[in-house]
Amino acid sequence: MTALAWLIPAALTLGMMGLAGFLWALRSGQFDDLEGAGWRAISDDNDVADAPPHRGPAGDA
Amino acid sequence: MEAALDAPVVTHEPKATSRQTVVLSVPTIVCGNCIRSVENTLRTLRGVEAARANLTTKRVSVVVDPELSSTVDLTTALERAGYPSALLADDAETEQKARVSELVPRVGVAGFAAANIMLLSVSVWSGQASDMDSSVRELFHWLSALIALPAVGYAGQPFFRSAIAALKSRRLNMDVPISLGVLLATGMSLFQTMRNSDQIYFDAAVTLLFFLLIGRALDERMRTKARGAAENLLGLRAKNATLLESDQTTKVISAAKLKPGMIIAVAAGERVAGDGEIISGQSEIDESLISGETRPRAVSAGDSVYAGTVNCGGALRVRITAAEENTLLSEIGRMMLAAEQSRGRYVRLADRASRLYAPAVHVLGLTTFVVWMLIGAPWEQALTYAIAVLIITCPCALALAVPAVQVAAMSRLFSKGVIVKAPDGLERLAEIDCVVFDKTGTLTTGELRLGTSGSIDTVALARAGSIAGASRHPYAQALVKAAREQGIRAPTVDDVQEVAGSGLITTSAGVEEKVGSAAWVGAGDGQASIWYGAAGKPPVGFDFVDEPRKDASACVSELQRSGYMVSVLSGDRRDAVEQTAVACGIEGWAAEVRPDQKLQTIEALKAQGYKTLMVGDGLNDAPALATGHASLSPASAIDIAQNAADAVFQGELLQPVIETLAIAKAARSLALQNFAIAIVYNSVFVPLAMLGYVTPLIAALAMSGSSIMVTANALRLRSMKLHLPMIGTSQ
Repeated sequence: MTALAWLIPAALTLGMMGLAGFLWALRSGQFDDLEGAGWRAISDDNDVADAPPHRGPAGDA
Repeated sequence: MEAALDAPVVTHEPKATSRQTVVLSVPTIVCGNCIRSVENTLRTLRGVEAARANLTTKRVSVVVDPELSSTVDLTTALERAGYPSALLADDAETEQKARVSELVPRVGVAGFAAANIMLLSVSVWSGQASDMDSSVRELFHWLSALIALPAVGYAGQPFFRSAIAALKSRRLNMDVPISLGVLLATGMSLFQTMRNSDQIYFDAAVTLLFFLLIGRALDERMRTKARGAAENLLGLRAKNATLLESDQTTKVISAAKLKPGMIIAVAAGERVAGDGEIISGQSEIDESLISGETRPRAVSAGDSVYAGTVNCGGALRVRITAAEENTLLSEIGRMMLAAEQSRGRYVRLADRASRLYAPAVHVLGLTTFVVWMLIGAPWEQALTYAIAVLIITCPCALALAVPAVQVAAMSRLFSKGVIVKAPDGLERLAEIDCVVFDKTGTLTTGELRLGTSGSIDTVALARAGSIAGASRHPYAQALVKAAREQGIRAPTVDDVQEVAGSGLITTSAGVEEKVGSAAWVGAGDGQASIWYGAAGKPPVGFDFVDEPRKDASACVSELQRSGYMVSVLSGDRRDAVEQTAVACGIEGWAAEVRPDQKLQTIEALKAQGYKTLMVGDGLNDAPALATGHASLSPASAIDIAQNAADAVFQGELLQPVIETLAIAKAARSLALQNFAIAIVYNSVFVPLAMLGYVTPLIAALAMSGSSIMVTANALRLRSMKLHLPMIGTSQ
C-alpha cells in the first residue's frame, strides 16, 4: 500500500501538468488558427516563420 | 510545427508612440500563400509593427501606429494586392473571444477532474468486490472530493449563473435541474464521505458537467464561426463616405460617423452612405435594394436619396438629413423593432421540454423521500434515495439532445454556404409551411441580362459594349457583360463622354456614336431598355431583363410539391413581377407593395395560421423579415436585411433555401428522437432509483451511456440523405 503514497500524487501531478499545458496553449492562442498553422509550417518564407521583431499581440486574432 | 510554436503572443510594452490593434476582415484568404502575401503587404507599410492573418476566421489583426498609416491606407494596400478587405468594429471581436474563452478552459478542468475521479471510482467499484481496505476506500473518496469540489465550483458556473437568472425571473430552464442535480450530488457525496458511507456520486456529477460543457462549447464555437462569417460579409459593405469640408477639401470617414448637415460627395458607381438631399449634380439612382424597383430613378438637386442606393450616373453632392425621425430608415427601424418583439416570445424546444420536465423531476424526488420516510426508513437513507433519483433524472441526455443536433445541423449548413445566425432560427425554420419571396435580388439574380427573345445584332453589341465600358451605369455594365457572354471582344473606347440621365457619346473616325435611352439615341419611343445608334444607321435596341435565378422555378415547384404555399411580394412594377412569377410558376403574387404592406401581408398570413418564411434582400423587406416566423436573406442583401434574417445564404442559386428547410426539419426530428431516447432511459432508471437499487456504478454508467447515445444519434445528421418532407409529415 505504500506504493499508493507516491503513485497517486504522481498521477495527479501528471494530470495537472497536462491541464496546465492545455490552459497555457489556450491562453496563448495556439488554437486560434488551426488551418493557418498547417500552412505556415510548410511555408519557405523565412519572413513569416522567424521574424520575432514583428510578433505582437496580433497573434490572437 | 515550428510555425505553430511560433504563435504565442509576445506582448510589447506600449512605447511612447501611440499604437492600436485593428482587425480587418479579408474573406479571400484561402491558403498559405495568401497569408504570406497579406502579411508581407501590410508589413511593408509605414507604421505597421505586426500583422498576423488568421486563416480560420479570415481576418488579419494589425498593430499599427495610426499617425503613420490610417486604416484606409491598410485597406487600399490590400485591395491593390488583390485582397479586398474591410475594417471590423472593435467590440465584435472582443465580445466573441470573451464568450468562447469562458467555456473552453472549463471543459479542460471538468475533463481533468472527470478522468481522475473516474480512475479512483473504478478502483473503488472493483475493490469492493475483492480486497480493498476500508481505509483505502475512504482515502479515495476524500481524494475524489478534493478534486471534485473546486472543479464543480469552477466548471459549473455557466449553469449556475443561468439557473439563478431564470429563477430570478420566475422561470424554469434546463439549467435549473442541471444545477440542482450537480449541487445536490456533490453536497450529498461530501456528507456521505464524512460518514464513510459508499453512496458517493462525485464521478457522476463531474462527468455530467464535462459532457454538458462539451455540448455547449461546440454550440458556442459553431455560432461564433457563423457570426464571424456574417460580420465578414457585412464588413465588406460597411462603406466609407467622402466628406466634403467647408474649405472644399475631401476626407474619407466611416459612414457611421456621418451627422445630419454634413455634405458628402458620391462618385459614379458608389453606394450612397447616408440618407440625404441632393444639393448639386444630376444622376440616376439604383434603388433596387430599397424598393425592389429594377429601373434606376433619375434624380437632380432637391431630390432625396437613401443610404444603400447606388449612384449610377454623374457625381453628386448630398447633404445628410438622416437622424431625423421621418426618414425611411427610421420608419423601417421602428417597424422592425415592433416585429422583433413579437418574435422574442418564441420558446425554444429545450426550454419547452424543461418546463414539463423540471417540475416532474422535483416532484418525483420529493415523493421518493416522503414515501421512504413513511415506510419507516432512516432519514439519511430516504434522502440518499431521493438524491439518487435527482441524479439519475438529471437531464444529461435531455440537455444534450438539442445542442448536439444543432451543432451538427449548423455545421452541415455552413459547409453549404448557409450561415445560421439566430440561436433559435433552426427550430423556427423547421415549422415553416408557407414561403414568401421578394422578387428583385431574391427570386431573380438582381443582375441585368440581355433578353433572349429575338436575334442579337452582334456587330452593334460589340460596338455598344466597347463604348459602355467607360460607364458604371447598370445598363452599361450589363452591355459589357452581355458582349463578353456572346464571346465578343469589346475593347474599351477612351474618350467617351457621359451625359447623366441620357447616355454616352463618342466620336471615332468622324462617326458619332451614342449609347443610351431611346430619346438620346433618337429611336423615338422604342420599347427596348437601352439603344445603340451610329450616325447614318438605324438605332439598335437591346432589351435587358432581371432574370430569375437559374434554379428558381425548379425550387419553387419542389416547394409546391412538398405542400408549401409559395408567393411573391415585390415593390417592383406589375408587369415585371408578373413576368417573374409566371416564369417561376408562382400563382400568388403582389406588386408595388410598400414595406408596411409587406409586413401586413405577413401578419395576415400569420393570422390565418400559416408559419411564414420570408426570403428577401432589400430594405423594403426588412420589416417583413423581422416579422416572419423565420427569414432568409441572400448574401448580396443590404446589411439591415441580413441583420434581420435568421440565416444568410451565399451563391447564385436558390437551392440553399430548400436545403435549409430540409436540414432544419431533419434536425427537429432528430431532436425529438433524442428526447424519446431520454424518456426511455428515464423510464427504466427512475423506478430503479426510487426503489433504492441505483448504486454509484449504475448511475455513472447510465449517465455516460445515454449521453453517448444521444450524441451519436445527433451526428447521424452529418451523413443523412436529405429530402424536403411533405408538410404535416415528420420525415
